[in-house]
Amino acid sequence: MKPVFMTFTRGDIINFIVLMVLGFLIIPMTITNGYWYSSILIPWLCLALAAVGQQIVMGYAGQLSLGAAGFMAAGAFACFNLILRIPDLPFVGALIISGLIAAAFGILFGLPSLRVRGIYLMVATLASQFFIVWMIDKFGWFKNYDTSGIITAQNIEIFGKSFTSPIDMYYVVIVVVVILTLIAMNMVRGSAGRNWMAVRDMDIAAESMGVSLLKTKLEAFAISAFYCGVAGALFAFTYLKSLEPVAFDIKLSFKIMFMVILGGLGTINGAFIGAAFILLFPVVLNFIGNTVFHGSIDATIISSIEQVVFGALMIIFMIYEPLGMAKLWESIKSKIGFNKKK
Amino acid sequence: MISELLFFMEVLVAGLLSGTMYSLVALGFVLIYKASSTFNFAQGAMVFFAVLSFVGLMEFGIPFSVAFVLTIFLMIAVGLATERLVLRPLMNQSEDTLLMATIGLGFVLEGLAQAVWGVEVRRLDLGIKDSPIPWIADNLQLFISALDVTAGLVATTMIIGLTLLFKYTKIGLGLRSVADDAGAASSIGIPLKHIMLLVWSAAGVVALVAGMMWGARAGVQFALIDLALKALPVLIIGGFSSIPGAIIGGLLIGAVEKILEVYIGPYFGGGIEGWAPYVLAIFFLLYRPEGLFGEKIIRRV
Repeated sequence: MKPVFMTFTRGDIINFIVLMVLGFLIIPMTITNGYWYSSILIPWLCLALAAVGQQIVMGYAGQLSLGAAGFMAAGAFACFNLILRIPDLPFVGALIISGLIAAAFGILFGLPSLRVRGIYLMVATLASQFFIVWMIDKFGWFKNYDTSGIITAQNIEIFGKSFTSPIDMYYVVIVVVVILTLIAMNMVRGSAGRNWMAVRDMDIAAESMGVSLLKTKLEAFAISAFYCGVAGALFAFTYLKSLEPVAFDIKLSFKIMFMVILGGLGTINGAFIGAAFILLFPVVLNFIGNTVFHGSIDATIISSIEQVVFGALMIIFMIYEPLGMAKLWESIKSKIGFNKKK
Repeated sequence: MISELLFFMEVLVAGLLSGTMYSLVALGFVLIYKASSTFNFAQGAMVFFAVLSFVGLMEFGIPFSVAFVLTIFLMIAVGLATERLVLRPLMNQSEDTLLMATIGLGFVLEGLAQAVWGVEVRRLDLGIKDSPIPWIADNLQLFISALDVTAGLVATTMIIGLTLLFKYTKIGLGLRSVADDAGAASSIGIPLKHIMLLVWSAAGVVALVAGMMWGARAGVQFALIDLALKALPVLIIGGFSSIPGAIIGGLLIGAVEKILEVYIGPYFGGGIEGWAPYVLAIFFLLYRPEGLFGEKIIRRV
């Protein structure tokens, strides 16, 4: 049922090269307006990375989790503290370690998945969401005893060069996202991904075939939290440019879950499509509100409409296309006759 | 010593009574779960939707009782639409799919309510003060809010009523049979549609009452959704299909979170209430995943 590619086809490699050329050459050469980088491309890539993490635990391992923003907060504040407290720690090192710290939280809050599933597990992961954000908020040490509530993120420095302009930050983000996405794609194709999917489709059968549920589930939670942690650190350092626990509230967790579901469960590119949709739809809606109705519609009403549309789409996709936009895109392509080989 | 004990009693009673409010929200979940084995994540949004519509109607100058009846009709309409547009097309889908669909439904209801009625915080005056009852304060030295007591009484009445309905009426029997096996129930002539309509209406009424209690305390505002989320740990502790479970789970969560907040909270700057119920739920999940009164979860291969 789920599309699994045994090996990369030539089409995949061509797609990859096209995307790389687009991401590293065409976009930086054609777009000079900083707004595009700092308000669209950077948050999109960061959230897509978090969505890849959510995809691993929810789309591949089938564990319903609603704590992505909590792990992002853990990653973001870990990164802040590492850079603050360990002199000469390179940014990349801090990024990796903060991912690992988030992964530790992922294992801790993934433990209930060994006993329960579905809605039960979701409530258990809500604990991580509320607990992590509370912990960061209440223990001054995490915020370096800053009382204003908003901490400015440090500058990103890699090999002595500091990355401050939007396009520099874009490069940092896209390099990290590309590397981690490639790793994720390989993981889901390999034995780890097979185990996840086996557990997702029928955990009892998987167990009786010798797949260790303990290892598989916790591995999925850990890797997912690692991705969310790195994404959270990037999100805070390149997009928000500040650190505040409020930015990682439950709404963000819901958003990331929506990205994965609308984008398509069990596909990596679904995470990117979903993130783009969730991020761009409000922008488009605001644009319509401003140009067509000349701002006569209240901003709060627009955001309510946005909520209604997301919710309705979720229902519609569940009914008509549970595999989301990624599958929709595939079907459209094959209808037009792009994918004749299948 | 005596004053400490009294203070503890006061905290405990306040916790228990505010716990009944969680129970009220949880009750709506249980009703729908019992009848259709669907976990209705949108119940929290229904609470918000119901009470916001109620307050909105009252703002038009519609009297209390008429607004109450109109909102009940509105909730029945919401139930009907949900059954028709969401649940029926998803019949026989996996539990996770249904859950995600009801999360979507929750967002639709929240958004709709805010688009129609606006986002500002509204006050809801039920004519019951959220202040200590003088008689109890004078005689027992306990400060217990009148609103809490009312909420407790309302919740108890509703729970007794619903339990009786489930246990001793023909409708209740039909309901239980539908919950057990919808296909078999409809084949022996139990009107599935009527039962579903009834359950969703009942859940709507429960949502409205819960919303009114919460709204009278905290104002009618979006934060109600977060409060309603706390009904989830209540359900895990009480069991998804048990009405007494919902009340005991609610009481337990209410009491524990208040006690933790009052006695341990100050050491950490407060806010323990925000996560304590969920952590408590995790401990329950580890020891008793089916909840206190839930049916044992048996999965077939």
